[in-house]
Amino acid sequence: MGSQKKTVPFAGTKEQEAALLKMIAECKDEKGALMPILQKAQDIYGYLPREVQTIIAREMEVPLEKVYGVVTFYSQFSLYPKGRYKVSVCLGTACYVKGAGNIFDELQVLLGIEDGGCTEDGKFSLESCRCIGACGLAPVLMINDDVYGRLSINELSGILAKYE
Amino acid sequence: METVTIKINGVSVSAPKGSTILEAARVAHIDIPTLCFLKEINEIGACRICVVEVKGARSLVASCVYPVNEGMEIWTNTPKVIDSRKKTLQLILSNHNKRCLSCVRSGNCELQSLSKELGVDNESLYSGEMTHSKIDDSAAHMIRDNSKCILCRRCTAVCEQVQSVGVIGANERGFETHIASPFGMGLGETSCVSCGQCIAVCPTGALAEKDAVDEVLAALADPDKHVVVQTAPSVRAALGEGFGLPIGTNVEGKMVSALRRLGFAQVFDTDFAADLTIIEEANELLDRVSKGGTLPLITSCSPGWVKYCEHYFPDMIDNMSTCKSPQQMFGAMLKTYYAEKNHIDPKKIVSVSVMPCTAKKFEIGRDHQSAAGVPDVDIAMTTRELVRMVERTGINFLELPDEEFDNPLGESTGASVIFGVSGGVMEAALRTAVWKLTGENPDSPIEFTEVRGMQGIKEASYDVAGLTVNVAVASGLKNAHDLLTKIKNGEANYQFVEIMGCPGGCINGGGQPIVDSKTRNFVDYRALRAKALYDEDASKDLRKSHDNPNIKKLYEEYLGTPGGHKAHETLHTKYVKRKIQ
Repeated sequence: MGSQKKTVPFAGTKEQEAALLKMIAECKDEKGALMPILQKAQDIYGYLPREVQTIIAREMEVPLEKVYGVVTFYSQFSLYPKGRYKVSVCLGTACYVKGAGNIFDELQVLLGIEDGGCTEDGKFSLESCRCIGACGLAPVLMINDDVYGRLSINELSGILAKYE
Repeated sequence: METVTIKINGVSVSAPKGSTILEAARVAHIDIPTLCFLKEINEIGACRICVVEVKGARSLVASCVYPVNEGMEIWTNTPKVIDSRKKTLQLILSNHNKRCLSCVRSGNCELQSLSKELGVDNESLYSGEMTHSKIDDSAAHMIRDNSKCILCRRCTAVCEQVQSVGVIGANERGFETHIASPFGMGLGETSCVSCGQCIAVCPTGALAEKDAVDEVLAALADPDKHVVVQTAPSVRAALGEGFGLPIGTNVEGKMVSALRRLGFAQVFDTDFAADLTIIEEANELLDRVSKGGTLPLITSCSPGWVKYCEHYFPDMIDNMSTCKSPQQMFGAMLKTYYAEKNHIDPKKIVSVSVMPCTAKKFEIGRDHQSAAGVPDVDIAMTTRELVRMVERTGINFLELPDEEFDNPLGESTGASVIFGVSGGVMEAALRTAVWKLTGENPDSPIEFTEVRGMQGIKEASYDVAGLTVNVAVASGLKNAHDLLTKIKNGEANYQFVEIMGCPGGCINGGGQPIVDSKTRNFVDYRALRAKALYDEDASKDLRKSHDNPNIKKLYEEYLGTPGGHKAHETLHTKYVKRKIQ
């Protein structure tokens, strides 16, 4: 379940909270307000952690579960912040048959996080993605804009070590 | 009533305008199977089991939500319809844990019945991957096993719309979709009030109370224990359903008989403690009225309601009566008065209750519920568990003779019997309050019919000895929410309010025998169960709590005066403010 993923501790500012409350007050009486409110809240914080969802539920006078159910339904909403280095592993067909699944599993172990998670120091986040158009280099991963291809599992710790 | 004429399977039928195909078919003696549909609670047309063919429609339609129109032609059982239902069922079964043999719902599982009706039984079709799930047993009262969940949403609908709680919902999407609380919280960490209405509407074995049958049987087999049982009023009005008797059959005599044969040392009646509750609560009401205490006084018999108040209206916990619920008062008297009188060490007593309620399992573990220094009640069972216990021990319930409760804690009045119905506590309290205020104790009138019935909120006003008493009764927590909001906003001025957590009161408690959706959608089963209790009340010689001779004796021998020191120590409790989450 999503909530058990490791993540960065919440560090919302007073300014962010004020902006959130103002935005909710403006939107909440409209019909079907929850979706736009969640989108705008994600614009403010970059993601939708429990603390933010709790405020939304309280202000809209709906159960927290109602908010959480919507957030987990749509893949555009994220419960977790992105790290400074965003690791994306292609799990498209070509990469997958070349062993991307094992690469992805190994990264989860090395980083101690699951798909969609972020290390507690905020350094790395990990996600799977679909074809990035480099099938000739399969299996492929990206760290921010850097592309690494023809990977083997034992290269991974060396690649991660390049970042700080 | 305006009607339309339609044809169902070639037969002309007249049906009320605006009714659904499902309802119209029923008029024509045709049952269309349903799975997700619960009338007025979950009308989402999602599961597609109820599909039918309609002339001119592009595809099959969901009959549970499709309204009839003049001249409509419908077919409910063509090969196309049946084939579609079968496919739907096969897909549901492909992600269902089919360990049915000793499943708690085997025999009254709606999925199992449908499989049988539609002849869907090819195991090899369902051997693919299943959604991974974990059992949630974090709550005191129940277990969620999502491997048996079919995502019908009946539980989430009842939790949010009927009970105004909403701590469960559908999370994630597609194959990962599962019903749970937010952020991976176990139900026990949330502001779930333990009402068990979700269990009552679940079509499968995904939701069930925590079963205490083995624990009770072990206690009964232990020669060092003195095992005593009490049964709540509404259990006798529904227990028979578990053995195939019609809804509304009062099986008090057979129930007592069965409990005695199970080996309980004493078979007592929670009704005795309900009479006691009335004496204490009526006293508390008149005390608050005369001394300017917090009003309205709100009843505290329903532990689901009590927990709801603590979570959702924490600033109103002072309105709740400090009286323990009848279950707890009974346990307190058992382990103090009864133990002393019979020279039994309260530590050797195992105090068992049979309740229509799952929240009672939470209540027994609350603080300030241990009059003798040990818990007032050790094990709270539901009506359903008693059915299982009787079945497991081979007692032929239907052939048992009628027997009577043991005394002194088995004597009760009609007032206490109606505790099991919404409005019953109010009526019982009024019967005693009138006597206290007027000093007169006439044989009649003692019926307060304004507070009877299955409406969610009932209001009445009575003039008693020059005093105007405004009362309100709510059952179901959405109704409680609405009523409390009115009180908070100063839009109503009541002196006394009765609130029960479950719609209709304890007769419809979360621990009562399961009523399948086919019956729920078309029969007022709550009113039938309620009638069993009102009939018993009417047939009793004693119908007012203060006339119970054993209650009088209890005060003389042990408690002293109502609301006095001893009564306060043993019969009253405290509440805590809780958070919503």
